[in-house]
Amino acid sequence: MQIYLPIAEVSVNAFLLFGLGGMVGILSGMFGVGGGFLMTPLLFFIGIPPAVAVATEANQIVASSFSGVLAHFRRRTVDLRMGTVLLIGGLAGAALGVVVFNYLKSLGQVDLLVKLCYVVFLGIIGSLMFIESLNAIRKSRKAGTTPPKRRQRGWIHAMPFKMRFRTSGLYISVIPPVIVGLFVGVLSAIMGVGGGFIMVPAMIYLLGMPTKVVVGTSLFQIIFVTAFTTMLHATTNYTVDVVLAVLLLVGGVVGAQFGTVIGARMPAEQLRVLLAALVLVVCGKLALDLLLQPSELYSIGDAGGH
Amino acid sequence: MLRLITLLCLICMPAYATEEQVVLGLSQDRVSITANFDGSEILIFGAVKREAPIPEGPPLEVIVSVVGPSEPVTVRRKEKRFGIWVNTDSLVVDLAPSFYAVATSAPFDDVLTHTEDLRYKVSIERAIRSVGAEMNIRGAQDFSEAVIRIREDEGLYSIRENTVAVDEQTLFRTSIDMPSDLTEGDYSARIFLTRGGAVVSTFETAIGVRKVGLERILYTMSREQPIWYGLMSLAIAIAAGWGASTAFRLLRES
Repeated sequence: MQIYLPIAEVSVNAFLLFGLGGMVGILSGMFGVGGGFLMTPLLFFIGIPPAVAVATEANQIVASSFSGVLAHFRRRTVDLRMGTVLLIGGLAGAALGVVVFNYLKSLGQVDLLVKLCYVVFLGIIGSLMFIESLNAIRKSRKAGTTPPKRRQRGWIHAMPFKMRFRTSGLYISVIPPVIVGLFVGVLSAIMGVGGGFIMVPAMIYLLGMPTKVVVGTSLFQIIFVTAFTTMLHATTNYTVDVVLAVLLLVGGVVGAQFGTVIGARMPAEQLRVLLAALVLVVCGKLALDLLLQPSELYSIGDAGGH
Repeated sequence: MLRLITLLCLICMPAYATEEQVVLGLSQDRVSITANFDGSEILIFGAVKREAPIPEGPPLEVIVSVVGPSEPVTVRRKEKRFGIWVNTDSLVVDLAPSFYAVATSAPFDDVLTHTEDLRYKVSIERAIRSVGAEMNIRGAQDFSEAVIRIREDEGLYSIRENTVAVDEQTLFRTSIDMPSDLTEGDYSARIFLTRGGAVVSTFETAIGVRKVGLERILYTMSREQPIWYGLMSLAIAIAAGWGASTAFRLLRES
């Protein structure tokens, strides 16, 4: 069943979109990741213009994170104060990201920017995850486990503007969380991702937050930042395709339910290796597109004014 | 006396020019882009009306062209920089139709001479215009050729020779396929009757291509009320996501 997307102005098979949403949903359920960093490149591959893919994916992330954050609120695992500080940075970052995005769009380089960001981040995250989970598998085979090393956080405590975060049990400067938020906001606007895959490690290792509040707090920040990004894209680029978002979402929500069940039954380490391999495959495909000579050197841009 | 001759000529001229006229029929004079729009086929048929018997000489040939709205497009060329392929040069092609299909009753070069093509801008190469191309970009011509090549691959531009059926030099019919990735606007269907490569009569009519229903509402809203559209997209997406996951939780708990 072909469906004509009103904003993307392309006709795509609705079942393909359901399928993509479902597949990424299963993965996000299995691995507990948002899935934006997989969905956006997949949308490029099926021919959705990158600008539309990024903006629409931001819209979809708001929705898929919403039910997640409600669950965390019920369990009281959201650090609202930390979330707000991260959010302030995030909103500024998203605004900055959209400005950069629109500037490069006018230069005709936005596709390159988005794809380069993906290659770099998917490459880094994928290899780190791959190495880490291989090590974990090796360790679990050795049986004898070494106690994890404590991180040194001296330099963060030396910064000014300290604030008490009761839920996280922290008394640290607001500068690092604002910078983390800012960085994630920029990525959200440029790449159409929630940024959880950057923010969660940063919160644990850099800010030293307890693991149980990390996911809820990052979801809280992600919802508002991606909502803001969606609004910015919708008002400046007109690239949010609500039909596309809803189709992906329905597939995604259904897939996530199955993914959670599958994920609970599979060994965690092997699962991580799989995810890492998948991330590297997507990264490799995008990198090849940039490295190999394209069959068509010319491309037609938007109806450009003079 | 001179005035009389001029007057006579004026009276005779239109009569001569419209010696053979097109009476046209279309299977549909508008294309509606709905949510499940999957391309469209337009049947174009007609007859040649004439007061005099069929003229001697080369047979009547028919060219049917359907042209989408023209707009300037930016064409970019990739080059290898720092090991990766990036867009470097760009050129604005001033007028490029979003859709262009030409159907002819015989090979194109037989039905229309080069000069007539220049005059009536029938072939795709003539329909695209890139005046004021910047001279510092090498191969400005390559850019407009690239537009034609890319859009031919997408099925937006096509020349279909020998696809117009002509009966008894009077009745003609053809069908034009329109792909699913159409842009909106007023398309025009142009009919040229030619003899020996020279145009003897032309006819033009409009085909409106419009998004309708939900597609129309969403598109208009996204352009005219982007803030409300954005808020609505968020609300719909949140409602759909929350609704679906709540439904699933209830299903599992029951």
